Amino acid sequence: MTIHATDHAILDTARRQVLDQGIGLAEEQLVDVLSLPDDALPAALDLAHQVRLKHCGEDVEVEGIVSIKTGGCPEDCHFCSQSGLFDSPVRGVWLDIPELVKAAKETAATGATEFCIVAAVRGPDIKLMNQVRFAINRIRQEVDINIACSLGMLTQEQVDQLAGWGVHRYNHNLETARSFFPQVVTTHTYEERLATCAMVKDAGMELCCGALIGMGETLGQRAELAAQLAALDPHEVPLNFLNPRPGTPLEHQEIMDGKDALRAIVAFRLAMPRTVLRYAGGRELALGDLGTREGLLGGINAVIVGNYLTTLGRPATADLNLLVELNMPIKELQKTL
Amino acid sequence: MTTSRTGAARGARGTYCGHCGGPCVPWTDGGGNADDGGTAAPSPAHRQCLSSLQWEPPRFCVQCGRRLKVQVTPLGWRAECSRHGPTTAP
Ligand code: SF4
Ligand SMILES: [Zn+2]
Ligand SMILES: [Zn+2]
Repeated sequence: MTIHATDHAILDTARRQVLDQGIGLAEEQLVDVLSLPDDALPAALDLAHQVRLKHCGEDVEVEGIVSIKTGGCPEDCHFCSQSGLFDSPVRGVWLDIPELVKAAKETAATGATEFCIVAAVRGPDIKLMNQVRFAINRIRQEVDINIACSLGMLTQEQVDQLAGWGVHRYNHNLETARSFFPQVVTTHTYEERLATCAMVKDAGMELCCGALIGMGETLGQRAELAAQLAALDPHEVPLNFLNPRPGTPLEHQEIMDGKDALRAIVAFRLAMPRTVLRYAGGRELALGDLGTREGLLGGINAVIVGNYLTTLGRPATADLNLLVELNMPIKELQKTL
Repeated sequence: MTTSRTGAARGARGTYCGHCGGPCVPWTDGGGNADDGGTAAPSPAHRQCLSSLQWEPPRFCVQCGRRLKVQVTPLGWRAECSRHGPTTAP
């Protein structure tokens, strides 16, 4: 058997297992997908796109994110410019409520249905929870948009409070595979992350649980991460590609190869056929304009529009125009993908 | 090819580099004028910084080199120097 035939064998399997039966690929199968040669990539992207259309539909979910509290985080996630433990140029700053409401209005005006309030903290204290509660009330009064939060690790009481305030989705990322996690974070454990994810789901909020790839993990660990996320069954997976930040331990890591990034998109879609798979940070660097388009035709069905928390994204109009060109409708408010 | 965000790149031009905070020595080779204080083009040492500023807001004041307080929002950013005041996304 030639290498080429073997490579396509995993796509034949995926067609039967994922497209026809809706069963995500297992970890070992995902290694095969991540190892596909470049000439098999167009077929792989096409299959992932078909899986997305069949199991998620043609809509694309658009979201804006904003940082309510930037910088000064006590944790040491090695990729993060907001850790207070590294010599990063990012200074601590709080966004006031009028600015937050303005950002929510601007986000809604793009057609986005999701607005995520993010804080650089280990977990929220009373001051932050009060600020978030106030922000949610003010945004609700003035803007028609779903509100999500990402405030680090939560206690059960905080989970219940957020659910009670109508936060419909909570973001808490796994970031990387369990086997690679200790090389990236030492101030908290994988288990602590999983505990918050479990509480969020149990409280009835949608779980948004993301990945950050290109940090030096092996293909096997990338597959491990996709399988671990699939086991959590999150509503949404934001897929980030490392953007090496000055002053962080990963500042000299190379930007991920575009084709590897596309293989990862295919693998994540084939691991999780029904999950919202969102383009998040770093795609501009890893994929550029052409790759962004290929990913949207290769399994991605959601985007973060405009800027990220500390870095800039493509202009909102570039992504929105691309969706029009690709004939992909933007998901409407109150409709679930 | 990548969609350009060159508007943000203005942060690199001045006496200090908006990306790394290092001094921008005025230079004449390649388009800048020695008497413009380095505002017309970045010095060669900061070309990579200028390219980085396509995808991030400035982090240092181009007038004094102080670290800026920067707030990024989905459709803009605002950077404030304690001495020279705010700058917003172009
Ligand atoms: S917990 Fe969040 S904000 Fe803090 S260092 Fe880790 S990724 Fe950055
Ligand atoms: Zn510089
Ligand atoms: Zn200044």
